[in-house]
Amino acid sequence: MIEVEDLTKAYGPVTAVDHVSFTVNPGEILGFLGPNGAGKTTTMRILTGYIPATSGTARISGFDVFEDSLEVRRHIGYLPEAPPVYPDMTVSSYLDFVLRIKNVPADKRRARLDDALEKTALGDKRHELIKRLSRGYKQRVGLAQALVHDPDVIILDEPTVGLDPKQIIEVRHLIKGLAGVHTIILSTHILPEVSMTCDRVVIINKGKVAAIDTPQNLTTQLKGGQKVHVDVAAPEKPLTDLLAKMPGASRVEVTSHPGGHLTAVVESAPGQDIRSQIAAKIVESGWPLYELRGASLSLEDIFLQLTTDDAAHAAQPPN
Amino acid sequence: MRSVYAVYRKEMGHYFVSPVAYVVVAVFLIVAGFFFRLYTGLAIQQSIEMAMEGMGTNTDVPGEVLNAFFGLLSTLILFLAPMLTMGVYAEERKRGTMELLMTSPITELEIVVGKFFASLTLFAIMLLPTALYVSYMCFHSEPRPPWTLILAGYLGALLLGASLLAIGSFISSLTESQLIAVVLSFGAILILWVLDFAVRGSDSVAGQIVQYISVIHHYDDFTRGVIDTSSLIYYFSVPILFLFLTVRSIDSIRWRRA
Repeated sequence: MIEVEDLTKAYGPVTAVDHVSFTVNPGEILGFLGPNGAGKTTTMRILTGYIPATSGTARISGFDVFEDSLEVRRHIGYLPEAPPVYPDMTVSSYLDFVLRIKNVPADKRRARLDDALEKTALGDKRHELIKRLSRGYKQRVGLAQALVHDPDVIILDEPTVGLDPKQIIEVRHLIKGLAGVHTIILSTHILPEVSMTCDRVVIINKGKVAAIDTPQNLTTQLKGGQKVHVDVAAPEKPLTDLLAKMPGASRVEVTSHPGGHLTAVVESAPGQDIRSQIAAKIVESGWPLYELRGASLSLEDIFLQLTTDDAAHAAQPPN
Repeated sequence: MRSVYAVYRKEMGHYFVSPVAYVVVAVFLIVAGFFFRLYTGLAIQQSIEMAMEGMGTNTDVPGEVLNAFFGLLSTLILFLAPMLTMGVYAEERKRGTMELLMTSPITELEIVVGKFFASLTLFAIMLLPTALYVSYMCFHSEPRPPWTLILAGYLGALLLGASLLAIGSFISSLTESQLIAVVLSFGAILILWVLDFAVRGSDSVAGQIVQYISVIHHYDDFTRGVIDTSSLIYYFSVPILFLFLTVRSIDSIRWRRA
């Protein structure tokens, strides 16, 4: 459905998109994950025909995004980072305008308008002036214009930014519901969003593709090695020996602190959670255990930069 | 075509809720009306005075009024047209809706044509009330001036407006700031005005060339009831040229640094 090959965009000395390649299968939801400035928006703008690439190709439904731009644009719906709305129009007149410029025939417009309003829960705001809407509602109008003409491909640039947690969940539901019939690319810098909605993920950083995989595989890699931190009152050597002998421990580092406390960091192999064993052994040895916590080990620099500042995720049980 | 109409409709809607449009039209009509009254009064008074001094009763009152009035119209149009076009593209780019238009199956030409005809429609609506009282005056004059005179005058005004709106639209497409757009437009039009003034009645080749290029020069013929083919060609070429430039200008947005 979407084939991107070696796509590059350079603004003079700055390369915003660096030989990016990926494919999206029909009906799939592909996530574009990366920190701000990674090249997500630029890639999307190339796909939607807003800006041309410096080199490389991208095809949507078989049409080249540069050579057959108009044809590509007939098949896509696009929500840019800021919803492209006209403040002086009402919701329904705006969506009607979008329907017209997307070449939807007159007899189908009414139905499509109602459908889009329903999907984005904007029904009771249809006659409201857009400038009077709150940010969350404006974002929904932006979402509505991306799907009002029932496009094959929907491209969403950070669709949940600025929404409150309840709205975020609704939007994610909506996106998931669109899959299958529509092919979707969405970009985000919020990690949990990806694992909740996407079938596959492209991780992009500084213009380059860092990884392409399913969220499960990536999360496993991310959880990678475990680092366990302990704060114990114990003699240094015996503690070090004990921790080093723990099955699954790959590296131990002990630091002594004034006041008799020792902190230790124990790294374990991927997938092994040795926290309970460590706790048991320390208590068994009779040493006071003041603190024990686990932390995920980041395998690559880029994962360090990915913020999990998602309040909605914080409220959910860890997966 | 459907897309052109969609853009046209949207633009007209914007003009109706835009305070700028209302202010511009109001100012235009107030000033035009005021001066029309002034010119009519002066011309009548002058003709009475000349009759009393025995210099004949042949003063063409309606003709003089029309002449002066159309001259005023051109001045007003020169000043007010930039205000009608300053936001046309600048606002879209600022609001981010340009991205919507440029990622939809609509060509730049369709966008430009739709917006241009909307601004032209607004301009025509602005002129209309003046045509009413001008016609009324002519209808009740003795002798009645030929209606072709009025027609030619307003055709000239419309064509002059079309040219200025096209120039203003082009300038608006160069920037995201309405303020810059309107200042640049004023500057450009002022230069045109001064140029025209400078070469009036010139016989040199250079002078004649500049005269032909001058937007105002051709208008003068129209106000005299003369519809010259070369002027018509000119008045269709200018909007077409600047609309073409606007299309290119919008397309060039794609190539600019994000």
